[in-house]
Amino acid sequence: MQAMLKQQRSGVRASQPARRAVQIRAVAAPMKAATSSKSPIIAPEVAKDLYYDMVLGREFEEMCAQMYYRGKMFGFVHLYSGQEAVSSGVIRQLRQDDYVVSTYRDHVHALSKGVSAREVMAELFGKKTGCCRGQGGSMHMFSSKANVLGGYAFIGEGIPVGLGAAFQSKYRRDVLGDEKADSVTCSFFGDGTCNVGQFYESLNMAALYKLPHIFVVENNLWAIGMSHLRATSRTAGDEDPHIYKKGEAFGMPGVLVDGMDVLKVHQVAKEAIERARRGEGPTLIEAETYRFRGHSLADPDELRSKEEKAKWLARDPIPQLKKYMLDHGLASEADIKALEDKVAEVVEDCVKFADESPKPERGQLLENVFADPRGFGIAEDGRYRYQLPGFSSGTAIVS
Amino acid sequence: MLPALVRSARNGLFTKVGVRGFASQVSEMTVRDALNSALDEELARDDKVYVLGEEVGEYQGAYKITRGLLQKYGPDRVKDTPITEAGFTGIAVGSAFAGLRPVCEFMTWNFAMQAIDQIINSAAKTLYMSAGQINCPIVFRGPNGAAAGVAAQHSQCFAAWYSSVPGLKVLAPYDAEDARGLMKAAIRDPDPVVFLENEILYGQAFPVTPQVLDKDFVLPIGKAKVMREGKHVTLVSFSKMVGYCLKAAEQLAKEGIECEVINLRSIKPLDRDTLLASVKKTHKIISVEEGWPQCGVGSEISAVMMELAFDELDAPVLRVTGAEVPMPYAANLEAAALPQIDDIIKAVKSIA
Repeated sequence: MQAMLKQQRSGVRASQPARRAVQIRAVAAPMKAATSSKSPIIAPEVAKDLYYDMVLGREFEEMCAQMYYRGKMFGFVHLYSGQEAVSSGVIRQLRQDDYVVSTYRDHVHALSKGVSAREVMAELFGKKTGCCRGQGGSMHMFSSKANVLGGYAFIGEGIPVGLGAAFQSKYRRDVLGDEKADSVTCSFFGDGTCNVGQFYESLNMAALYKLPHIFVVENNLWAIGMSHLRATSRTAGDEDPHIYKKGEAFGMPGVLVDGMDVLKVHQVAKEAIERARRGEGPTLIEAETYRFRGHSLADPDELRSKEEKAKWLARDPIPQLKKYMLDHGLASEADIKALEDKVAEVVEDCVKFADESPKPERGQLLENVFADPRGFGIAEDGRYRYQLPGFSSGTAIVS
Repeated sequence: MLPALVRSARNGLFTKVGVRGFASQVSEMTVRDALNSALDEELARDDKVYVLGEEVGEYQGAYKITRGLLQKYGPDRVKDTPITEAGFTGIAVGSAFAGLRPVCEFMTWNFAMQAIDQIINSAAKTLYMSAGQINCPIVFRGPNGAAAGVAAQHSQCFAAWYSSVPGLKVLAPYDAEDARGLMKAAIRDPDPVVFLENEILYGQAFPVTPQVLDKDFVLPIGKAKVMREGKHVTLVSFSKMVGYCLKAAEQLAKEGIECEVINLRSIKPLDRDTLLASVKKTHKIISVEEGWPQCGVGSEISAVMMELAFDELDAPVLRVTGAEVPMPYAANLEAAALPQIDDIIKAVKSIA
């Protein structure tokens, strides 16, 4: 019986074209070699850029907390503090024409991608100088200039959007014949998202269509108050649920990385981005990280233990990189202080800018509902409604 | 005893704090506590009832509606789910087909769009498709409509969508009495019920009588309540807007305009009789809702009034609705996108 089955199986396999075996690289071990040797694996400019970006992300988010409690910001605000190594490590090496898609925890992704701190802060204050003119808010950061495609409140719904951007890149090359079209897309989401159906649908299609898309899972172990261990089934043969292994099930490399070490994230992302640009398809990166604050500013954060929080605070990515740069001569104390001072300046400036910016005019209420304003329909006198005087003065009664 | 209690609770008028006809004391209860106590009592009453949803257990409920229930009834009856709306809604509906009575929580009704296939195609349609063999005694509940500054994807009102579907019952409580009576009625009902709460109302306290606090206090589904009597114009609304209508009525009364305020309680089935009786008295009716104008609840009320009360109307049916935009984030734009008390007053004065 066994022999018969074996024969059957090899027969099937023989008739299929040979497939390259997919390798899973778990890059979880600390890079002992790098820390003990005197030759750093990264150039000083790159290290400084990463440091600046992480400090900007941290200081910006801490300022958001202050502003929220002072009533300048309102609604739902989800801060990124603690996870900076992932945003900086991945996004800082993207080109301007590469895309980023995120969830509601998107302020720092937008900043890393190049949306100005002024525009992000003004958006958070609900001012018309914000990147979305005050109409998106904390959870919906969009920038066509920086190719940030949002900003999604429903976790999982952003991933297919990211796939669409990657699809466009491949289409330009394959169908429109643009040989230079090789932009990649990175979608960022958390451990909770990895139980949402759209994640699996997206893994399938990304691999199926070999899209230049990188799935970046920021596994911070908690989805509001739901621990990852309580929500997710164990991967076969494991004690714990491992998200990166799900890549293999869909035919793409799944990589695990220490999300508190920006240099490791940088290295892993570099490989994934280069793969994607070469047309070799998607990668699933699971970055183990932690959010130092609650899920949102309204979260009392009572379910995470003090011990757990202390353990992860001790692994703060920013002091880690600072130490590395000093140990390896990538930057001096003075250089680092200069970077930190610059960040302080930028953050202070963006708050001032946001504060002094005007609120949107009432007339903005009905703008940009449709790209074609004729979509509002015809008025009684036969003109298009948007042509009527006072149409965009905005009222609550539109019948 | 019970029908009489239910009848007098139905007709009771809580215009201010004073309660007519009951010698016993009146206490106050928030809508949150009203829902929590109703869930608690129904879980105790029938062990086929269970609650599932995101953060309903250990987190005590994203909006604390299910506070304490996990501790009392255990994780088999108060189940925390992963973030899998389509998945866990489907599981709940299937278990209802097989005889359980789930209360399926959506953190907000916006997220239910990820599960709408299960709500409509499975829960709503199966009794009809099976020619009456398989019913679905499920309650879908969660906060609906705008909160404060939560922007476009968290602020939609779904009353109109769900109330258009045959096979669903759609309820929208306003005060604590509504919350208790309608929740218990929904859980005991053999059909799928869409229960549209409101986040802003959760923390608001309302007077409740001992009759309302009785563990068998149930309000009838499909019956509206006259909150305030008047003779000049009828204001009909549901959920948070009922409170706005009452405030508008108070202000207009100072100018001699007496408004009759009707709290729909039930969007589907819609209580046409109460509306008709009111219009026969006032001859003018205004519908007030937070949702969008096209095909909104007000559209249905307009059509129904035109069909049934054409000769009674002295003015067209007016609709005060939210603006036809996705909810903007900036605070001043958000206020401009939603009906305010002044909008209601303006509408009344335009026809009074």
